[in-house]
Amino acid sequence: MAFFYALTGVALFTLGLYALIIYAHLMRKILAINIMGSGVFLVLVALAARTQTVPDPVPHAMVITGIVVAVSATALALALMLRLLEVSGCEELAEEPKE
Amino acid sequence: MLTMQVQNVPWLVIVITLPLVGSLLCFLLPQQAKKLGLMTAFTIAASLIGLLFQVLDQGAQRYTVGGWDAPLGINLYVDGLSLLLLLMTALVGLGISVYATAYFNRDKTVYYWPLWLLLWSALNALFLSADLFNLYVCLELLGLSAVALVAIAGGADALGAAIRYLLVSLLGSLFYLLGVALIYHSVASVDIIIVAERIDATPPILAAMGLMSAGLLFKTALFPMHFWLPPAHANAPAPVSALLSALVVKASFYILLRLWLDVFPLPQEVLGQFLGLLGAAAVIWGGVQALRQTRLKMLIAYSTVAQIGYLFIAFPLATSIAWKGALYLLLSHALAKSAMFMAAGNILHFGGHDTILKLDRVAQRLPLTVAAFSLAGVSIMGLPPSGGFIGKWLLLNAALQAGEWWWALVLIGGGLLSAGYIFKVVGFAFTQTEASHEVHHVPAAMQWTAFMMALAAILVGLIAPWPLALMDIGLPFEMVVNKGSNG
Amino acid sequence: MSLDSVFPLFILATSLVPGLIIFFLPESAVRTRISLNMGGALIKVFLVGIVIWGVFNGHHYETRLPFLPGLDLVLRIGALSILFVTLSTGLWLVTTVYAIGYLEDSPHRSRFFGFFSLCVTATIGIALAGNLITFLLFYELLTLATYPLIVHRGTEEARHAGRTYLVYTIMGGALLLIGTVWLYGITGSLEFVHRGFVSAIVDTHRSSLIIIFVLLIAGLGVKAALLPFHGWLPQAMVAPAPVSALLHAVAVVKAGAFGIVRVVHDVYGVEVAVSLGVTLPLAVLAAVTIIYGSVRALFQDDLKRRLAFSTVSQVSYITLGIAVAGPIATIGGLVHLVHQGVMKITLFFCAGNLAETLGIHKISEMNGVGRRMPWTMAAFTIGAFGMIGAPPLAGFVSKWYLGLGALDAGQDWVIFVLAGSSLLNAAYFLPVLHAAWFKEPVGQWPHEHIFGRMETAWALLLPPVFTAFLSVALGLFASVPFSPLEWARFVTSLEFAP
Repeated sequence: MAFFYALTGVALFTLGLYALIIYAHLMRKILAINIMGSGVFLVLVALAARTQTVPDPVPHAMVITGIVVAVSATALALALMLRLLEVSGCEELAEEPKE
Repeated sequence: MLTMQVQNVPWLVIVITLPLVGSLLCFLLPQQAKKLGLMTAFTIAASLIGLLFQVLDQGAQRYTVGGWDAPLGINLYVDGLSLLLLLMTALVGLGISVYATAYFNRDKTVYYWPLWLLLWSALNALFLSADLFNLYVCLELLGLSAVALVAIAGGADALGAAIRYLLVSLLGSLFYLLGVALIYHSVASVDIIIVAERIDATPPILAAMGLMSAGLLFKTALFPMHFWLPPAHANAPAPVSALLSALVVKASFYILLRLWLDVFPLPQEVLGQFLGLLGAAAVIWGGVQALRQTRLKMLIAYSTVAQIGYLFIAFPLATSIAWKGALYLLLSHALAKSAMFMAAGNILHFGGHDTILKLDRVAQRLPLTVAAFSLAGVSIMGLPPSGGFIGKWLLLNAALQAGEWWWALVLIGGGLLSAGYIFKVVGFAFTQTEASHEVHHVPAAMQWTAFMMALAAILVGLIAPWPLALMDIGLPFEMVVNKGSNG
Repeated sequence: MSLDSVFPLFILATSLVPGLIIFFLPESAVRTRISLNMGGALIKVFLVGIVIWGVFNGHHYETRLPFLPGLDLVLRIGALSILFVTLSTGLWLVTTVYAIGYLEDSPHRSRFFGFFSLCVTATIGIALAGNLITFLLFYELLTLATYPLIVHRGTEEARHAGRTYLVYTIMGGALLLIGTVWLYGITGSLEFVHRGFVSAIVDTHRSSLIIIFVLLIAGLGVKAALLPFHGWLPQAMVAPAPVSALLHAVAVVKAGAFGIVRVVHDVYGVEVAVSLGVTLPLAVLAAVTIIYGSVRALFQDDLKRRLAFSTVSQVSYITLGIAVAGPIATIGGLVHLVHQGVMKITLFFCAGNLAETLGIHKISEMNGVGRRMPWTMAAFTIGAFGMIGAPPLAGFVSKWYLGLGALDAGQDWVIFVLAGSSLLNAAYFLPVLHAAWFKEPVGQWPHEHIFGRMETAWALLLPPVFTAFLSVALGLFASVPFSPLEWARFVTSLEFAP
């Protein structure tokens, strides 16, 4: 059972990675990162359940820390995106760095 | 008596908490941010002197925070390698702090100092961490504060660069975290020492190796994962560019080096050669691109891409001399690159632009700045006497000793390319343009810090035996032989 | 830390410290700058005098500083060092006087004299280097110190010349570095030792040693203007005259030639070099350079460019003497190091005088200038005849020894090269002299400055007269104890004695 969750986590990670690369809209990229994060957290939780009868608390602690980090990072990303929209009217990153 | 007291102070903890406290104070008291920030910088440097004496006297130090040991507690560890990087951070950090006091206007100052001190505490914590998850946390903290610092400049270019940097940074961290998860699954610990004892070359571990390396390579901007670096470093304000190129990219390199030396099981021939190959590509690509740039800050940023490539040439060689050479290059680059970005900041401030072709006899109007750029350039080119030469010499020796002479050619070729772009700038600094532009006075603090950083890059090449001896404390490079022997 | 072990550092400091101070002086601080320059130069002459006396009395001057794991920075005052150090020190003093006069009221003198002093420091460092890594350090420092002097005027032409200079010298430096690292890898040492230090591995690493020799000579040959690495030299003539004088008579080209002497004598050793078969190709290359330089000089109308190609030709005499690898030829090569320096600097000083006083840059403008500037042209005449090799001037002594040495070593073909070169020298110098003394001036001088009753400023006149006088003295009194010839004999005896 736990193995299934771990696989799902990996799948989410891969899906998120794909979305991050493919989509140009910043909102989608931010969402993609979040999904990748969720995937990793799922893997961690699944691994916690696999080791012994009582779930291992250490990976749970890692996940909580990770969630906190993800929230802050997402907040920063959203703030930057909004500011960029305000300044340039564009929700996508420019393709090439401007000279 | 005093020395006895000094020895027993937990400098490790002080070095991490001082910048944190400083950051908070700067945030809470924005009017005093500049003074508080500068004071904090000096006290951090002073406490590092304390740590230096402690380590010189007692050797490598381990500290258990709060008395809770692994696997639930956080351990801090300092050996010669960490200490070298901490000292480098302090020296460059001090210079950047002084520079920043003169650089930023009132509005931006209140944002800069809390973020910069937060970043510094993340760096210090990172170099002192003894377990893999703590490294993850420090990496994230580092990345977020760095991104915010890039965005301070405010324009569309800077914001776009900041977002790109943020996405890449998060991507790298997630790869790393997934690797940590897999390692924990296999060995039930994240403490580096315990992991080193229990690790073995099973598929999950190999996958973890790949994931963690990939994540860290994204953050270190090794070719071809370097695309985010030039816009971020070029569009940030000058002191931020300096700290990004000099310090932030080195942090993920340090983690990779630690993993390589302490955690990853033997042997890594293939991965080593692969990293070396990417490094060589970075040297060539970065050098060529730098030559093509019209803006000074972009040139310097691509120079960083190239110089990072040099560091990875140590991986296929993997001897003590090779590591020391790479670390010496790392140290010299930190000093030289911060000097260069500071010089670029001065030129930008002076004339309002940083177009290389239009430098308009800056050599005469800003002699100290051009001297700073030139001296820094000497180190980047690897010409004697400079720290860059020492690093280059050690790597050349390591390459020839190992019989892999093609790396030597890469080093020499990279040196020639860097001579090309450095002297391109210096040459135009002597010549006149048709139309002069309006000039603004550059504060003495900005000119002198740039010059002092560049001078340090040169002087570090004359005192080589001491940093090299320092690196050996705690025998960080000896562990390659011992680990993985317990199955 | 005895006095003997820091003496070499003192000698370096006499030009380094004034140089660093001068960088920070404002343009208007003329007297401070002049005192620092002259003071440093005079003290250095004094110190070198003490050192010569000291070496003669058995003192051993050596400074050792840890530099890299297993390698020290070594400054050692040996016989060969003294030859080069004396030349550099003496000519620096003379050139400083000249430069002060030449650049009067020019912009950026502080910057100029700062780098000027650094240049001399680097040259002294090269002369005193006790191992190949110290040599390499100062060799590269010389490149960095001379670049700002070449681009000093800030024109597009200067920038272009500077860029050409860099392309050549940086690549040369890279070749030298590869050779040094490789050599260190197979021998574990880089200390200069009489008769070389590679004899132990000659049999096992034969091909490596040959390739390393080529790399080292190529790297050094750039500064020594050996074909095909000479291209930067004529272009660097765009620099002010004191720079051309110093660079081309003393610092850069001599550093390259000196390096070649070091490599052949104190890294490989003459016997080993001959047994590896590398000396003959080097001699041939030097000979080709000699002829090529002289031929190109024939076709130049710009006076400094003609002198530049003459330098390309003349410096290779030194290389030829070393490569012929016999004791007498070596003496000839070594003594030419000094003699050529003195004669060539005379010629460049005179060229500078012509440019500065009368605005003359081309030979076609030189008709009748002998009457207008007799002292300058007299000095020029002496220098020219010295280059041709006419007795009793210094140039004759070196050519005599080279010729004799070639016969002694069984390399008869060298005689033809020497003879041919002398003829070519006559062919491009005599017409200049003829025009200057015997032709009528064509209209006004291009751009005249009057300096009172004298033909030009005394600071511009005294140096060439002095060095011309020296060219005569070095030839006439060549056998006097402590003369460059006797010293060259001494150095050679250390290398060749059984």
